[in-house]
Amino acid sequence: MVTEAEQRQRDLTAWAGSVPDPELPVVTLAELGVVREVRETAPGGRVEVELTPTYTGCPAIETMATDIERALREHGVPEVTVRTVLAPPWSTDDITPEGRRKLAASGIAPPRGGAAPGHGPVPLTLAIRCPNCGSAETSLISRFSSTACKALRRCESCREPFDHFKEL
Amino acid sequence: MTRSDARAPYGAGPLDSPLLPLADDALVLSHRLGEWAGHAPVLEEELALANIALDLLGHARALYSELGDEDELAYLREERAFRNCQLVEQANGDFARTMIRQLFFSAYQELLYTQLAALGHPLATKAVKECEYHRDHAEHWTLRLGDGTEESHARAQRATDSLWRFTGELFLPLGPGGPGGTPELDGPDLVGAVDWDALRRSWTDRVTGVLDAATLTVPTTEQHGAWAAGAGRQGLHTEPFGRMLAEMQHLHRSHPGASW
Repeated sequence: MVTEAEQRQRDLTAWAGSVPDPELPVVTLAELGVVREVRETAPGGRVEVELTPTYTGCPAIETMATDIERALREHGVPEVTVRTVLAPPWSTDDITPEGRRKLAASGIAPPRGGAAPGHGPVPLTLAIRCPNCGSAETSLISRFSSTACKALRRCESCREPFDHFKEL
Repeated sequence: MTRSDARAPYGAGPLDSPLLPLADDALVLSHRLGEWAGHAPVLEEELALANIALDLLGHARALYSELGDEDELAYLREERAFRNCQLVEQANGDFARTMIRQLFFSAYQELLYTQLAALGHPLATKAVKECEYHRDHAEHWTLRLGDGTEESHARAQRATDSLWRFTGELFLPLGPGGPGGTPELDGPDLVGAVDWDALRRSWTDRVTGVLDAATLTVPTTEQHGAWAAGAGRQGLHTEPFGRMLAEMQHLHRSHPGASW
């Protein structure tokens, strides 16, 4: 039995989380794991949202905040405040399985799991598979790609370059 | 004029926080790296340097927001009120010089932020993983340039030799007793709890290891100039900084409150 308050909470969370990422519109903010909390201050009143950036300097964070506000207002929320929080830091492990699947389907190799802090980009040895042909024979072109969260790689089998959502 | 007289006059407030030097380091280096836009040797590096600059700008903004109004702190302070180390304000020079500067600074920032993260500072906790990527990038380029052609080796060695004298300043304690803060104003004294000797040892191990592997000679010269030890942390800067600051602040000062 779901109470009215619980249902309201679920709706608000779903509405805020359904906003597509401005730079990777194939995934939603919920799938990316950046919406930390959605809280209604009083029934039918102001809604507070806590949002965390993927990278500290992520320029998309302001667009995300504006988009969340618009989405909630469209569902009749009278007032929305979006606050950016840094702690605990976002990790690529926060991306949902569905988010990973959608990234791969759009040609972006998803991050490998278990991105433990303090163990850096270097010691990781799991192969990164080409999202186009599935080959594990891929090599790094650049650690930084079109956005801070991606690296640029090339497939040695099909020769296609592709983005890799790098572990953080 | 004695060293303590040389310190820029300032009152209580954000300018006394030991976090300010860290914010200034990040902002100034971010601006320097941004100067590569349109000039980097290959497109991939253009993106890499812009991405690193963006991370650093994020660090600076988060730290300034803890201290006060970020625009005011970034755009409306005079040169003498900036507490960044002199290393980060040095002109980009050639690509090798930028990469050696990156190596020296990113190794320092990662080690310092690792300590601050262990003490519970939220920005440091968030930023330390980004710093790892910056350091990794600089290390790969140092190896490639140092152990590359005769020309790239010579340029990397020249950069190492000329920037070495700015590295001693990195290990001057910030916080109580250090040039960046005063005991009564430090508040929750995270920065004061940093083990600066350990930081220096780890940095030296890391950096000399990379220079060795890159077939570069580790300088045996002093890690500070005769006149400049710790001067950036006290608000004294080298000649290129004034020009950089003028360019960085010009738009904001010419059009106060402008938005687009």
